Amino acid sequence: MEFDPVTLARIQFGANISFHILFPTISIAMGWVLLFFKWRFNATRDEAWMEAYGFWVKVFALTFAVGVVSGITMSFQFGTNWPGYMRTVGNIAGPLLAYEVLTAFFLEATFLGIMLFGRSRVSNRVHTLATFLVAFGTTVSAFWIIALNSWMQTPTGFSMVNGQAHVTNWLEVIFNPSMPYRLTHMLLASGLTVAFLVAGLSAYRWGRGDRVRAVRHSLTTGVYLAALLIPLQILAGDAHGLNTFHHQPAKLAAMEGVWHTERGAPLLLFALPDEASQSNRYQIGIPKLASLIITHQQDGEIRGLGEFAGKHPPVGKVFWSFRVMVAVGVLMLATAWLAVWQLRRGEPAGWTTRLLTAMTFSGWLATLAGWYVTEIGRQPWLVTGVLSTADAASTVPGGMILSTLLMYLALYLVLLTSYVSVVFYLARKAGKHDDLPLSANLAGEQA
Amino acid sequence: MNAELWLPVVFAGLMAISLLAYVILDGYDLGVGILLPLGSEAERDTMIASIGPFWDANETWLVLGVGLLLVAFPLAHGIILGELYLPVALMLLGLILRGVAFDFRVKARDPHRPWWNAAFAAGSLLAALSQGVMLGRYLTGFAPGAAAWGFALLAGAGLAAAYALLGAGWLIMKTRGALQARAIGWARRALYGTGLAVLAVSIATPLASAHIAAKWFVLPDFLLLLPLPLGSLALFALLALSLPRLARRQAAGNDSLCWLPFAATVGIVLLSFWGLAYSVFPDIVIGRLTIWQAASSPEALRVILWGAAVVLPTIVGYTVYAYRVFWGKAEGLSYS
Ligand code: HDD
Ligand code: HEM
Ligand code: HEM
Repeated sequence: MEFDPVTLARIQFGANISFHILFPTISIAMGWVLLFFKWRFNATRDEAWMEAYGFWVKVFALTFAVGVVSGITMSFQFGTNWPGYMRTVGNIAGPLLAYEVLTAFFLEATFLGIMLFGRSRVSNRVHTLATFLVAFGTTVSAFWIIALNSWMQTPTGFSMVNGQAHVTNWLEVIFNPSMPYRLTHMLLASGLTVAFLVAGLSAYRWGRGDRVRAVRHSLTTGVYLAALLIPLQILAGDAHGLNTFHHQPAKLAAMEGVWHTERGAPLLLFALPDEASQSNRYQIGIPKLASLIITHQQDGEIRGLGEFAGKHPPVGKVFWSFRVMVAVGVLMLATAWLAVWQLRRGEPAGWTTRLLTAMTFSGWLATLAGWYVTEIGRQPWLVTGVLSTADAASTVPGGMILSTLLMYLALYLVLLTSYVSVVFYLARKAGKHDDLPLSANLAGEQA
Repeated sequence: MNAELWLPVVFAGLMAISLLAYVILDGYDLGVGILLPLGSEAERDTMIASIGPFWDANETWLVLGVGLLLVAFPLAHGIILGELYLPVALMLLGLILRGVAFDFRVKARDPHRPWWNAAFAAGSLLAALSQGVMLGRYLTGFAPGAAAWGFALLAGAGLAAAYALLGAGWLIMKTRGALQARAIGWARRALYGTGLAVLAVSIATPLASAHIAAKWFVLPDFLLLLPLPLGSLALFALLALSLPRLARRQAAGNDSLCWLPFAATVGIVLLSFWGLAYSVFPDIVIGRLTIWQAASSPEALRVILWGAAVVLPTIVGYTVYAYRVFWGKAEGLSYS
């Protein structure tokens, strides 16, 4: 059997980056949450904050390790899977990737050692500084890689000479039109993922009767953080959509399932987009709402997919990924505000803690769905209008890609299962030791 | 001077420095991983504690090295990593297993612990072997055929032995007591393995690559290169002689020279690396591409060079700081 190398290379790249992003999403915001715990402890001298820190730093260390090793895979993949990418836009991608390594990776990797294992070896001030530098490093890393990804979506600040992109203005390359929106939306996504992880795992401990003050502190922190960030995320998402409407109209049309240019387009709640007949089946929608949201006018015009014949992304995948992300967002809003309301009145109800526990990893779902909208929505382009995905693909034989792809998939399955079960196991184990002081709890811990 | 001429040389140098830093730094912690099965349960904790705060930053030198290859010599990156597709995938598998085992082995349920220990050791060994195979394939210019692959496997075994030697040297420096004594024993065994492998690779390299042979056996290059094998020989002899003495001194409670085996091994790595770099330069894909043919445009390289000039010294600075924080003998690691 012949395997199409381009398709396989895309699946492999998609699988690897999907696995990788799960962990940065947690590392980025968890660093800041740990800093917050430390700051509360420094300010109040309440041991429970340090106990919360002690628990979450374990989850952080585990997450960080998986994030680092899966990231190393990514740095090899650019060349192996997409040689045409560097050949065409290397002058732009190269410096951005290099700056990420130089300014972010070394910073976070070096101070991670001090942050995790240096507490008895450096002063409290230096330890807090190390924690800050790790959190800062992860955020800087997100800045560079999102800048590059956004440039691929909405390229500016360059000119093409002999089929190669040459930079004319670095500021325009970095702060390209979609970059501020994408960075904001991604950082908020990271914050929300961590908020629900912290709230969910603390609710899990709470539900098991493990109600020490450290658990209460974590639960409150997670719930309030979620309630604060989710409205911001919805606003940011709306602004992001407007930006997409201006710069990548084909992607927006796929997100909304609009086949033919129309005024007063409905907001579709359900539909099965059908590429063959260029229409939706079983369409249920709210009249005029899509036009209202996107153009801020009841009968604003949305350009349909028909205008981009042969140059628009696969509609169904983009359409449904977008709905998954928004649905999770709405569920997050309801859950977070309900939990805040209950916490203000006292104890959370049993079913609330169960709901929060069930949503422990909901941030992952929305984040992945969001990235699928972004990345699949960019097809058939790799760099919008500059380089098509097929032109960038490599010449590595399909069979070789397939065998390594299967190896990666098996590995990721094992690691993902281990990660999730160990996180819950840590939560149960922490509950058994809460009568011991923190130092006794951690003395045996080696990592 | 013309930027198109000197920029590629500077970047080839930077790339070589990153890869050298990687081989020495991640070399010692992969080596400790390879030696892990030889330690007792309690010793394993100390062995891993001695590398715990460093491995992540050590691995980052690989990211920098490959990143520089990608951004400075994109053409060569495509060819080299395309040719090395399988060993690279196996190396990544090894690095992933090793990296995640650091945390899983202490955080997972107790019954799972032996599995993660095994993943740690197997991952370290797999990464070391694959890197050696990559080196071997690279040196033959990716020649097809059984002989070329045999050479690559030999290089794989050699690099694994060298990493084990570095790891043993690191343990002699960072531990005490019974573990230190055993590490001296491991170092002696790894020394013979490394010695044989370096010898075999040195003999086989000119046979495997006519291109390299042509560079070694001409005057005056031959005389200029001669100090490399002679220096390595001296360092091997120093190690062979000093290890038994070190064991006796250590038994008598004198630990003042505990850094010697590690330092001597680093010396051997430096000399071998210099020899290889000399043999390859100015090609980047042997016999096919020179660094000038493969380089990307000077404008992009300039932008990176400015950043690197500012940032690299800072990185070296805080790396030194981190090593000072964890200076001295390794103790059990804890988050408190
Ligand atoms: C929005 C954030 C984000 C995104 C989209 C990506 N990464 Fe990432 N990456 C991080 C955020 C991050 C991080 C937060 O900085 C990590 C995760 C955990 C960690 O330790 O650092 C990281 C680790 C990490 C590492 C290991 C760094 C080290 O040694 O410390 C590499 C080599 C990469 N990544 C490379 C990539 C590449 C080539 C990507 C794109 C194709 C990519 N990452 C997407
Ligand atoms: C982090 C979250 C990300 C996720 C979940 C993600 C997901 C995906 C998926 C699913 C594809 C395959 C699309 C298809 O072939 O239909 C893809 C392609 C790709 N993405 Fe991403 N991506 C992410 C971030 C990035 C970033 C930050 C970059 C670069 C800076 C990037 C560069 C690429 C490239 C080069 C391809 C391959 C070509 C293509 O198929 O378009 N991605 N990604
Ligand atoms: C509920 C309202 C939301 C709206 C209206 C919204 C809107 C959008 C839009 C329009 C995009 C695609 C932009 C493009 O590629 O052009 C996007 C992408 C994305 N979304 Fe959302 N979103 C919402 C909720 C969420 C939530 C709750 C999360 C995660 C917790 C999330 C995470 C992401 C991520 C990670 C991406 C990909 C990166 C990016 O392009 O920013 N979104 N979102």
